[in-house]
Amino acid sequence: MMNRKSAIMIVAAASVAVAAFAIGRLYAPEPQERAEEAQTPDTPQIVNIYTSRHYGVEPVFDSFTEATGIEVRFTTGTDALLRERLKAEGANTPADMYIAVDAGNLWLAAQDGLLAEVDSPTLQENIPAELRDQENRWFGLTQRVRTLMYHPDRVSPEELSTYEALADPQWRGRLIMRPSTHAYTQSLASSLIAAHGPADAREIIQGWVANEPVLIDSDTQILEALAAGQADVAITNHYYLGRILQDNPEFPVRIFWANQEDRGSHVNISGAGITAHAPNRDNAVKLLEWLSGPGQEMFASTNHEFPANPGVAPHPIIAEFGQFSADPLDKAELGRLQADAVKMLDEAGYR
Amino acid sequence: MTFKPDGQPADGLSAPSYVELSDVRKEYDGCVAVDDLSVSIARGEFFSLLGPSGCGKTTTLRLIAGLERPGSGRIAVDNRLVSDASFVLPPEERGVGIVFQDYALFPHMTVFENVSFGLHGRGKAHIHHRVGELLDLVGLTGLGKSYPHELSGGQRQRVALARSMAPSPSVILLDEPFSNLDADLRTTLRQETRDILRVEGATVILVTHDQEEAFSFSDRVGLLNAGRLEQVGSPYQIYHHPASRFVADFVGKADFIPCTLRGDRLVSSLGRFRHQGLSGPDSAPFELMIRPDDVTIAPDPLGEAIIAETIFLGADALYTLELPDATRLHSLGPSAKLLPDGTRVKVTVELAHVVAFPKD
Amino acid sequence: MSSSEATKGVRRGKRRFDVLPLLPVLIAGLTVLPVAVVVSALFTPSPEVWLHLWRTILPDMLTNTVLLLAGVGTGTLLLGVGLAWLTTTCDFPGRRSFTWLLVLPMAVPAYIMGFIYTAIFDFAGPVQTLIRELGLGIAVPQIRSPAGAILVMTLVLYPYVYLLARAGFEEQSGTAFEAARSLGAGRSRLFFRLALPLARPSIAAGVALALMEALADFATVRHFNFPTMSDGILRVWHGLMDLQAASEMAGLLAIFALVLLLAEKRSRSRRAYHQSKGRRPGIPAQRLSGWRGIAATALCSVVLIAAFGLPLAQLIHWATRELAVLTPGTFAVYARLAANSLTLSAAAALLTVALALLMISLSRLKGSRVSGYATRLVTIGYSIPGAVIAVGILILLAAIDRAANTLAVSWLNVTPGLILTGSLVGLIYAYGVRFMAVAYSGVESSMDKISPNTVLAGRALGARPLRLTLKIKLPLMLPGIIAAAILVFVDVMKELPITVVLRPMGYDTLAVWVWQMSSESLWTATALPALAIVLAGLLPIRLLLRIGTAHR
Repeated sequence: MMNRKSAIMIVAAASVAVAAFAIGRLYAPEPQERAEEAQTPDTPQIVNIYTSRHYGVEPVFDSFTEATGIEVRFTTGTDALLRERLKAEGANTPADMYIAVDAGNLWLAAQDGLLAEVDSPTLQENIPAELRDQENRWFGLTQRVRTLMYHPDRVSPEELSTYEALADPQWRGRLIMRPSTHAYTQSLASSLIAAHGPADAREIIQGWVANEPVLIDSDTQILEALAAGQADVAITNHYYLGRILQDNPEFPVRIFWANQEDRGSHVNISGAGITAHAPNRDNAVKLLEWLSGPGQEMFASTNHEFPANPGVAPHPIIAEFGQFSADPLDKAELGRLQADAVKMLDEAGYR
Repeated sequence: MTFKPDGQPADGLSAPSYVELSDVRKEYDGCVAVDDLSVSIARGEFFSLLGPSGCGKTTTLRLIAGLERPGSGRIAVDNRLVSDASFVLPPEERGVGIVFQDYALFPHMTVFENVSFGLHGRGKAHIHHRVGELLDLVGLTGLGKSYPHELSGGQRQRVALARSMAPSPSVILLDEPFSNLDADLRTTLRQETRDILRVEGATVILVTHDQEEAFSFSDRVGLLNAGRLEQVGSPYQIYHHPASRFVADFVGKADFIPCTLRGDRLVSSLGRFRHQGLSGPDSAPFELMIRPDDVTIAPDPLGEAIIAETIFLGADALYTLELPDATRLHSLGPSAKLLPDGTRVKVTVELAHVVAFPKD
Repeated sequence: MSSSEATKGVRRGKRRFDVLPLLPVLIAGLTVLPVAVVVSALFTPSPEVWLHLWRTILPDMLTNTVLLLAGVGTGTLLLGVGLAWLTTTCDFPGRRSFTWLLVLPMAVPAYIMGFIYTAIFDFAGPVQTLIRELGLGIAVPQIRSPAGAILVMTLVLYPYVYLLARAGFEEQSGTAFEAARSLGAGRSRLFFRLALPLARPSIAAGVALALMEALADFATVRHFNFPTMSDGILRVWHGLMDLQAASEMAGLLAIFALVLLLAEKRSRSRRAYHQSKGRRPGIPAQRLSGWRGIAATALCSVVLIAAFGLPLAQLIHWATRELAVLTPGTFAVYARLAANSLTLSAAAALLTVALALLMISLSRLKGSRVSGYATRLVTIGYSIPGAVIAVGILILLAAIDRAANTLAVSWLNVTPGLILTGSLVGLIYAYGVRFMAVAYSGVESSMDKISPNTVLAGRALGARPLRLTLKIKLPLMLPGIIAAAILVFVDVMKELPITVVLRPMGYDTLAVWVWQMSSESLWTATALPALAIVLAGLLPIRLLLRIGTAHR
């Protein structure tokens, strides 16, 4: 027999639990709707996105909503955290689309079965084959080139050629790079492995390390340091320069497309896939198709990235960077090799 | 309630026991704090538990209050069992008032709220009346709205007293409540408290290490030594008829000089004294208790003792005498005429009560 | 102890099913569960990953972590204790203000401090640029270094040690010092032989807090190219894409933190804001005159500027630039973020304090030794990196949701979808796990402070447990409880990793926004939200100090 006090406590605890549940539900995502219900014109059309690309996305989504009437809701986070969340949520996920800023994460998401195949002629037409998944589970939307940046006062373009050449002792003390913790560096390392094989790639990295590069965990700060004269050459993503030039056209740093004589500059993509258990799948597909077509320009330009759709013109500022040839490496490889790349970076002593 | 010198109630009838402890035992980690203690306290009696620190008196008090569980034995109040080894009536149901050494007033409540705390649920008019009555009784009229930290030590003690009395408990426990006060305030407050509690008719149990306090406050005193009750009796009894050497030593100054038993006399170097009721073989060795107030001295060049030390106490002077056999004796005398050290004196011992213990 | 036996008033042999003693253990269990989930990863180790880590970055990370802890420990100790001693025992111009001003840096999150300092002192930053322009040949030490990391973390974390050291000094009896001085002890002997040893438990508690914060941090150290274990965990998780291995590292970190915790518990003592017994102030104050006084003022000013003034100035500078281009839409966004942050912080503060209160009072009244130990464990969440807890909770909640869904489908033919994952409940649960330590120690110490005789007096006057709690215990504990709630509030306002992982769709906080903007180096966009965080921390801290002094 329970005494009175225990009974009160249990009732109290139960009420608290019920209240908590109620509050939680207020904010919890909508329950999975039946596919038919989603189609009725009466119910508000939505699409839910998990995206790690958060810079400047609101106007793009607003534009989509204007065009189609479908409301876009998005949650931001890092690639990996969002991927983990998708995995944990499983079949109950509220997310319809996963947008990532790194091919590796898209590949991994597909490997984990988080993304569904999309059979869309529009997408296949708009996005070149090397920028999307072989099995149509994810599609690149923008291209981001990680290449050499230099200060023209101290370096002339003739001195530059390839990523690998930076291992040369003449660059000792003159380099700035991003630490190995960031996906950008890991991705670049993957491309080196793909091009040269693990042993040679490691030697190259070791060469970089021997030149004692300054390590800064921010591309923008790297460019600023370059401009201020802390070093002469750096490797960053192209659009950071574009951003800076937008505000400050006098910015002294110049871009150099690496490896033009051989395979081409390292290109990564930001892209999207439809989740395997998307509640609003049709809306998501609509959004994806829109992003690959009418939305391309806005989506790419807000961040000064190159559009994936070859039929769309890039932002004028980056257009001025000139033509370049891109490394045709299948973006899926970047994902496949990422773990090896990280291991190699560690072994080579690249911190 | 009055008592004869031997500790029994004066009216001849054995007063009904109100608080009764029977063979109460309490141990902590193998150390015995209270050792088979039995005592019977009458209704309305003022009883003191006296003893040195660590003798178990506070533990006994806590057992009576219901804050500890006895290992064995039983405690009853008004013939109702309140504690034994398997059952303890909690303090909140026991109706026993406590005044702590540090008063333990509720710092966040006013004096009024403190005093009225035990009157929960009694009706506003009744509470106001009772609190007013008590504050008048303890002499704190008008201070109802003050907070404890605004009061002096003596005032706080009185609030604590009033608070404990408010619910008219049948038993009130006082745990050295006067020890935090200045000496003169202590005596005044002691008497006042005694008078107030008499009026209330409560049964009061005081715990103290101060012999003077126990004596002036109580009807009977229980002397505790290492958890055992060495003696229970009126203050007079305890002082003049101590049951053991420990008791004799503890209450007041005592000197012990060797003597031997010869028939109905005890023979010592200071004289022969008739004893009462001591038994033993002839020439059995005993120790005779002599209090300083039993010893008078007079300067005498042929005297057997020499004054070794003099302590001026104010009204009296305490002399330490050295006897020819090198034993020391104390004498309490008038202080108006101080005798210097080294004076030869004649020693006269007059014992109204002859107390002796076998020498072991 | 025995008094708890005596309170039961139950006849032996009569059995009653009392659910109450189980509650503390239950609550403690829930709090520890996510950490246990993560630690359990250690039972299935991934030897290849560990081998690789050991051959490459693990030794460095371990040394870095140890270096960071040693540096931060020493730094906060020197700074915190030194400043506490200065403001408690010496009188110099401005002392009264400095007493509470020196606590303010607590309102600035470490990651904000991190990017501000690197932005200011880096090669391309204003300081070095100015030096170059002026042609001064001063070499500025590299900010992106272990020293830089230690400096920034010390500046952010010293207030913990400062506050607790002050409390430790103030509760000491002045008469002991007077006795020592009469025996010929000079100021330095008074400090080293008397004041310091007596305050040691409080100081140890403060340093332990600072160390646990440093251990759990990963966002700040990134700026300084100083990879520590916490950083390593995320690296393995995202880089090697091995959640299992990352959980193992996290489990190891958790154990290390536990060891640290136990060491601190050994020298445990009262915390926070103590009443000093007796009317005398603690240690007598000595007036510093002339150059000494000025030096003291200067020292306090320098610390304050470095730890608070500089970041504040930089943020305001950026904020003014931002305000120039601010659109009403953005402002509305900021307002919404602020509302979210405040709601979460308040909810978490209330929940943790209420649960702590429940746990402690129940386990003291009715609990056994087991529940006592169990409830102590809840404090472990504080030393685990937030990201680790977030993962643990994500896995846990997702499992619950899946189970609930399976049941609902089979019993009721209904798919409720996600219930806990991605809801506020999950988020606040995570905060509870992470910050229970703060609430617990605050509540516990305020409960310890109640004189047992006061409670016994209440019982002797007939108060049953409920009335006893409501009328006597709670009012006396209230200042301490409020202080604990405030600390949790401030911590949740600043919190980042848990919020990022577990927040509901579209429910952002100020901290999340700051992090997003700073990761894109969009400094001006960080300024207003960052200032809001700092401001939201300042008010409660001021309140905290008020409660502390009023309680004296």
